[in-house]
Amino acid sequence: MKIIKTKDLVFEYIRRDEEGNVEGITTAVDHVDLDVNPGDFIAVLGHNGSGKSTLAKHFNAILTPTEGTVWVDGMETEDQEKIWDIRQRAGMVFQNPDNQIIGQVVEEDVGFGPENMGVPTKEIWERVEESLKAVGMYRYRKFAPNKLSGGQKQRVSIAGVLAMHPKCIVLDEPTAMLDPGGRKEVIRAVRALNDVERVTVILITHYMEEIIHADKVFVMDGGRIAMQGTPREIFSQVEKLKELRLDVPKVTLLAHELKKEGLPLPEGILTVKELVDTLDALRTGEDRWR
Amino acid sequence: MIRDITLGQYYQTDSIVHRLDPRVKIVATLVFICSLFVVEQAAGYVAAVLFLAAVIRASHVPFRFMMRGMRAILFLLLITFFFNLFLTPGEAVFSLWKLTVTEEGITLAVKMAVRLSLLIIGSSVMTLTTTPNNLTDGLEKLLRPLQRFRVPVHEVAMMMSIALRFIPILLEETDKIMKAQMARGASFDEGNLIQKAKSMVPLLVPLFISAFRRANDLAMAMEARCYRGGEGRTKMKPLHYEKRDYVTYLVLGVYLAACIVVGRVVPWGSIL
Amino acid sequence: MALILDHVTYEYGNGTELLVRALNDVSLVIPDGQFIGLIGHTGSGKSTLVQHLNGLLKPTSGNIYYNGEDIHDRDFSKKRLRSKVGLVFQYPEHQLFETDVFTDVCFGPKNLGLDKKEVQLRAFQALKQVGLPDDCFYQPPFDLSGGQKRRAAIAGVLAMKPEVLILDEPTAGLDPKGRDEILDLVASLRKENGMTVILVSHSMDDVAEYVDRIVVMNKGSVCYDDEPKQVFAHKEELEAIGLSVPQVTDIMHALKKAGWWSADTSVITIEEAKKEILRQLRKG
Repeated sequence: MKIIKTKDLVFEYIRRDEEGNVEGITTAVDHVDLDVNPGDFIAVLGHNGSGKSTLAKHFNAILTPTEGTVWVDGMETEDQEKIWDIRQRAGMVFQNPDNQIIGQVVEEDVGFGPENMGVPTKEIWERVEESLKAVGMYRYRKFAPNKLSGGQKQRVSIAGVLAMHPKCIVLDEPTAMLDPGGRKEVIRAVRALNDVERVTVILITHYMEEIIHADKVFVMDGGRIAMQGTPREIFSQVEKLKELRLDVPKVTLLAHELKKEGLPLPEGILTVKELVDTLDALRTGEDRWR
Repeated sequence: MIRDITLGQYYQTDSIVHRLDPRVKIVATLVFICSLFVVEQAAGYVAAVLFLAAVIRASHVPFRFMMRGMRAILFLLLITFFFNLFLTPGEAVFSLWKLTVTEEGITLAVKMAVRLSLLIIGSSVMTLTTTPNNLTDGLEKLLRPLQRFRVPVHEVAMMMSIALRFIPILLEETDKIMKAQMARGASFDEGNLIQKAKSMVPLLVPLFISAFRRANDLAMAMEARCYRGGEGRTKMKPLHYEKRDYVTYLVLGVYLAACIVVGRVVPWGSIL
Repeated sequence: MALILDHVTYEYGNGTELLVRALNDVSLVIPDGQFIGLIGHTGSGKSTLVQHLNGLLKPTSGNIYYNGEDIHDRDFSKKRLRSKVGLVFQYPEHQLFETDVFTDVCFGPKNLGLDKKEVQLRAFQALKQVGLPDDCFYQPPFDLSGGQKRRAAIAGVLAMKPEVLILDEPTAGLDPKGRDEILDLVASLRKENGMTVILVSHSMDDVAEYVDRIVVMNKGSVCYDDEPKQVFAHKEELEAIGLSVPQVTDIMHALKKAGWWSADTSVITIEEAKKEILRQLRKG
């Protein structure tokens, strides 16, 4: 069974003027079909206003579709009776770390979800401990959130979701407000969850370098899925990505330019090491290239 | 400047007072305040001071740290002192210019000043030794019986703890907004009262908008983590009375009784 | 000589007995017309530093001079300084407050005590300069997109006609498209007005192609202050303090390690890198 599945998903924002009359309708998500297998690392890419965050909020029943259907672990999100099961099954981490930490001490914040679910006290403590350890924040369990860096706060937020034992974590631009160091530590924590704990991850972002380890990438534009495939398949279409005004990693761009000059490089080079190794092989096997 | 206020601040250390159940500490503070107003004779205040000194010693909070918080209140204390000193009618002792100091005035001023200082120090012992969260937990549980009268005790406690969590964030934001507007030539301390009030608009509008956005985000984040009110909720840190808590209640009872006996009943005047 | 920092140290208390030293003996000369990238990770002191340049923070010790005058002299007008050294903060949400964008941009010049006509003229010019479309002028600032808000905020400072423009992380929270647009805008503003620009950022990639000079901050001190290529030569040292060199420079470093060339080739743009790699390959 798919952990998340959408069929013909449409979501419209209705804008109203001050008297409440309808001023216009914006279609934020436009007929999206998408399947996520359990255990996958999925990335959803797109610039601001492409509809990616609106889409993400459907996976946790914060928004429900205007048209079409969303299933989370087989449950329809429009089923009001299932809403708490859905939210427990698919946890959500948001963009601004300050606006999602409820507790005044790290461990209390992580315990917030399990408390809401009615988990017995002793088990809450076990869950808090294992979740904080999973994101490498156990050492900071007694800290006030205000004393942590942005990256650390986001890791606490992830632990808070993890303590609810979800099958799937949706991260809505978790790194948009962080500096490069914070970004790296959050992505590292997310990858560890996926690799070690086998939690399904859906990462919404506009940073291309964060998606190179994803199993599958969806690129959104104007509320629709404009591209989908493995990172390598996506990155090999440099011209199309530029058209969608996305930030292709410089290494991919350079490889693309060199290929245009006639160098026999493979498509979709993602890392510096890859490029350097390929170029090196070319240089030593010089004659082959000439 | 805001950083100097220690009233309501938590001082992290380990002591018997820190470990006490917050309910005990809330009740103890109330008992202590009551005791200050029951006693009439100086001996009662001596008892109160001794009791408070013992508690402070047991709390491991440096007395100096506590006094830092008092500085903010000193002004208020002085005003009350002089008001009582000069404005209490009674037998005149001496007069300065147009102000007359009466015997009753002196007694009342000293008494009120002592009461007020003890009251403030006493309550700050509670806040210094109890985390805000613990405090709201304690209040929630103490007030639980009110739920029968449809008082939303859990919701109020949750609101309090969220407000406490956001105070530092909003203070920092206020500072940033002020600087951003000052960089555009705004000044917040020039002109008369009306101009000053007007100059607050560029500060308050962004602050309110931001606070509302935060509230909105937070509500969404709480819902996403299955928050649906107090019903069916378990506690990560449930409150349990320990032996030391019962002992403290006992000590409190003894203290209150002692205060009443020493400060009210014993006819010190005839003994001395 | 426009701005000089002379042994500036800044400390503040954080509620405990210990003082936090946010700036540690910083000396800098910022000549007229230079485009400077001020780089450091969060908490390195870079924001604290720029708040000293327009007198929002006062150094614990040391002096700051603007055109030869000490900005903390009694008779030196802070207001005038702030109109000459314009500082745009990170989040436009912290400054936009009026009911429409135009009125909001008027706030700065109005505070300078200019007459109404001049205020409006400046606001109009500033909005044109930042390239906001005309139909945004009378919209509430809160209805604008992230990139547009950023432009409105920059216009709000430009309207005071500053000689030095400081932007504190102007690209934070923007997507790549918005980021490139703002960076291009800053570069063109500088070209047109010839003003000094200080761009505060935590990303070398953001500033590498634009600036004349890079100042790297770490733990309240300046650790590198040089031309971009010179600074990027210190790849390992930069990584040790949580910063990264532009990816292209990174590739060139890796190729150097693989024995492609021995000299330092601190290349920044893709175009340069491409030429260099092809030359090496063809040389055989």
